[in-house]
Amino acid sequence: MVALTTLLAASDAAIDTPDIDWSAIAPNLVLMLGGILLLTVVSLLKTRLPRWFCATWTVLVSLGAMAAVVPLWRRVQDSGPETAMGGAVGLDGYSLVIAANVCLAVIFGALLLKGYLEREQLEGPEWYVLLMLSASGAVTMASADDLIVLFVGLEIMSVAAYVLTAMHSRRISSQEAGMKYFLLGAFASAFLLYGIALTYGATGSTSLAKIQTYLSGTVISHSGLLLGGIAFMLVGLGFKIAAVPFHFWTPDVYQGSPSPITAYMSTAIKAAAFAAIVRVFVVALGPTQVNEWRPMVYGLAVLTLLVGSLFAISQTNVKRMLAYSSINHAGFVLIGVLANTPEGNSATLFYLVAYTFMAAGSFAVTTVVGRTGDGRHSLDDYRGLSKVRPGLALVFAVLLLSQAGVPLTVGFLSKFYVIQAALDSDFAGAGVLCVIAMLTAVISAFMYLKIVASMYFGDPVDADAPAIRIPASAGIALALAVAGVVVLGVLPGPLSDVVGDATAQLVAVIP
Amino acid sequence: MGAVLASEAAASTSFPLLAVLILLPFAGAALIGLVPRSRSEFFRPIAILTSVATGALSVYLLTQFDRDSAAYQFTIDHAWISDLGVRLHFGVDGISLFLLVLSGIMFPIAILAVKPHGDQKAYYAWMLVLMAGSMGVFTALDMLVFFVFFEIVLVPMYFLIGIWGYGERVYAATKFFLFTMFGSAFMLVGMIALAVLHQRETGSPLTFDIVTLATDQAVSTTAARWIFVAFAIAFAVKVPVFPLHTWLPDAHTQAPTAGSVILAAILLKFGTYGYLRFGLYLLPDAAAWAAPVMLTLGVIGITYGAICAAMQKDLKRLVAYSSIAHLGFIVLGTFSLTVQGITGGLLVMVNHGIATGALFLLVGIIYDRRHTRIIAELGGMQKAAPLLAGVFTFVMMASVGLPGLNGFPGEFLSLLGAFKGGRWWGVVAVTGVILAALYLLWAYQRVFHGPASGGNATMRDMDLKEFAVFVPLIGLIVFLGLFPGPMIETMEPSVKALVAHVQESSDNARADQPDIEKADVDNAEASASEHGSGTEGSAGSGASEGSSSGSGATSGEGHG
Repeated sequence: MVALTTLLAASDAAIDTPDIDWSAIAPNLVLMLGGILLLTVVSLLKTRLPRWFCATWTVLVSLGAMAAVVPLWRRVQDSGPETAMGGAVGLDGYSLVIAANVCLAVIFGALLLKGYLEREQLEGPEWYVLLMLSASGAVTMASADDLIVLFVGLEIMSVAAYVLTAMHSRRISSQEAGMKYFLLGAFASAFLLYGIALTYGATGSTSLAKIQTYLSGTVISHSGLLLGGIAFMLVGLGFKIAAVPFHFWTPDVYQGSPSPITAYMSTAIKAAAFAAIVRVFVVALGPTQVNEWRPMVYGLAVLTLLVGSLFAISQTNVKRMLAYSSINHAGFVLIGVLANTPEGNSATLFYLVAYTFMAAGSFAVTTVVGRTGDGRHSLDDYRGLSKVRPGLALVFAVLLLSQAGVPLTVGFLSKFYVIQAALDSDFAGAGVLCVIAMLTAVISAFMYLKIVASMYFGDPVDADAPAIRIPASAGIALALAVAGVVVLGVLPGPLSDVVGDATAQLVAVIP
Repeated sequence: MGAVLASEAAASTSFPLLAVLILLPFAGAALIGLVPRSRSEFFRPIAILTSVATGALSVYLLTQFDRDSAAYQFTIDHAWISDLGVRLHFGVDGISLFLLVLSGIMFPIAILAVKPHGDQKAYYAWMLVLMAGSMGVFTALDMLVFFVFFEIVLVPMYFLIGIWGYGERVYAATKFFLFTMFGSAFMLVGMIALAVLHQRETGSPLTFDIVTLATDQAVSTTAARWIFVAFAIAFAVKVPVFPLHTWLPDAHTQAPTAGSVILAAILLKFGTYGYLRFGLYLLPDAAAWAAPVMLTLGVIGITYGAICAAMQKDLKRLVAYSSIAHLGFIVLGTFSLTVQGITGGLLVMVNHGIATGALFLLVGIIYDRRHTRIIAELGGMQKAAPLLAGVFTFVMMASVGLPGLNGFPGEFLSLLGAFKGGRWWGVVAVTGVILAALYLLWAYQRVFHGPASGGNATMRDMDLKEFAVFVPLIGLIVFLGLFPGPMIETMEPSVKALVAHVQESSDNARADQPDIEKADVDNAEASASEHGSGTEGSAGSGASEGSSSGSGATSGEGHG
């Protein structure tokens, strides 16, 4: 009895509930509450909501979350990064830009989903609810200052994404993709968790700030534990960004998923996972352990670049091609990570935002070209598109050329920034890696040109194919993507200023 | 504050001519984009008006150019991407001036001469974008801006070949795009490396400004050589230099006539211009180091191109291979690192643009009438089409390098430079002159002489409208052949400054690192006069003399 009392007293003293600064996680709250509110309203109402409502709601919620980022951004710029929730959440420019980027991906996803669900005759508030919940997980993951929070965010994000992948109940490939994604994703999560455990064992903390402080003050005599932790965390996060050799799920899942979900998944999840990589490897482990992780990431980057471009050229399915191209893009972002400098972090951020416009726009095209059943994704289905739908063909051509890195599009500048960051950082093998990267860009360009050529230089193959309908919402998404790609390509100033200011910094935990 | 305002006022009083040269064609393309497809009668007039206006402006610029100055003129300098230090810096000197004017002349001619089949709107819009891009390449003084224009012209050309081309057009278009992009991959890394290293060595903010980088020469010898190799690969694809040339016959042959004209006249010059601007100017010491290799590749290009041209069955392919040979002369002249050689190279750039452009137009006319370019299926057309035959003879003679026409001074000076810079390369290169006469005359004989059969006998001759397009070209061929002096004199200050820059930098580099292997070029300078007099007594001593001796030395060369 006495023991219990003392135990209670001790635990009373030990459990020091942190101050909850709700405003610090405002973007996250907006997304999460937006999702839950929609779910509640839909289940309470007897009548069915009009179709436009859910999509509009989601777009508004995302815009609201973006708006919530703005005052936080000002705060961070004025008074420096800060911590919230007892060191669980870090608030810095980097996480805020990623949060805005994730919201952008949700907007793309919602705009595309509206027309898609109508066309496929699917019911749908759940799609939007899951989309917002997944995004809130992504935002959590991007702003995590603690490995456990990072893991929780990753799981919230991923579980929703697994379900979304399999949501098209009448498409067998959607089910298959969902199952594949779930199984392999769970496997990768286990790796990540194991890595976190090993890191905890080596450093005595899961707080990234504490890990950084500990490592800078201590020389570890047996680094095997930490090394294992780094490697396993890299596997877990590498899976999410589709780095080779953890990429095998990507083509199947991207191809099988409902196209609007692919648009969301390929951009938001990749952005959040890269944010986590930058936070863990560059910011927390970068100052002391860079020589441990750099060779591993270097190898990953080379493989990712090569496989992403080489395997793409033999594909005949456009969604698969784009999946491989997204792998190649991940390789480029990894170059920015390898730089291990603030410039490198800015470059990755620039690339991720640019990539959101390019990839979401490209998958928007596949959404509308896929037509009823979401099955027309072969190269032949794009033949002669310029004659049937000149505007759509032009949009796709611009997006593809941007992905290939043609100047005056944002794709060129994003490649430029990462390469500049790498050469500036001057790590061993930087020059070789940059040349390899640009050569893979040429190989990828061959694949993009194959699509452009079939759109412009061919004639429609299947004359009986149903006409391509572009719903207004999808039209907005396409316009947004092209505008982003071209405007940021010609005048990158605003974005490059923002990513330049968005220094990734860990916030020391107040003891 | 007052001083700043004053300088801004001074800058604003001068009309931003170069900006207009670049933006006007873009505006024309945008205008065509806005006109609906149903009003197709507007597309051609808009394209013609815009390109002619741009061309006229470029000629106006020529008249306003200060011929005694080696400095960049008509400069524009505005911030663009501030965090990278990228500036919209444009300017013209004696090296880029004539290439700019050449673009200004060839584009209107190409647009006027050919009416496309199929989609008019996109065709003219792409042609104008191509024109704007070309203007940008020749005037950009910032590496990144140069790269932007260098790459952006791929897109219009890709579509021009792919949509309006012949035969294996998709293959040719893709190959063209990817080859250039392959080179550009190296160039981009080289550029960034150069800027980053410059920043590190000098401590100044990151800049991509060509003039600053060339003046500072801050990069170590080894790094400069690696960067030069990166640039050299990029431009070697574009020129094209021997092992990277395989895209050219395909692209030239399958491109629509106007596309072939622009490819040969303008786009290939991006590469040779790049060697001057990014090789000799930006990395002079490395260029001198690489000169023997480049000279060898140039000579290989001359002989290989000529031999391949002689073997071709397709007339257009023959002209395409002749381009490889001619461009070899430019590489030879440029990397002789002598005033004569570089001047000659620049002359060949301009004259090849005019003559080969005209040849492609003629081949296009023949193809339109006969629907074949196979030499064996043509023949005896002289009787049915005397005017066509006459113009063809004339242009062909210019291409061969007949003294008195424009092909001669350039080739002559390139060879002269080569003899000064590296004798044995010059010796081998001379065979190219003979081979050129061989393959072109032989082709002419097979196409125009002999008995005419079938359609060749009843072929329609060139009409006046078609001939009118050739009048300015023929005028230029004669004028530049008889009076190359003014052009050479205008180039001279810039070329001399460039050669002095190369000389000085490689001297400095040698002083810093005495163990560097000397390029043959350096030794050759000492015995230059000996070499010069050995080959051509009257014209050995200087560029200005070389220019005036253009017609005087004709009999000495005597290959015709």
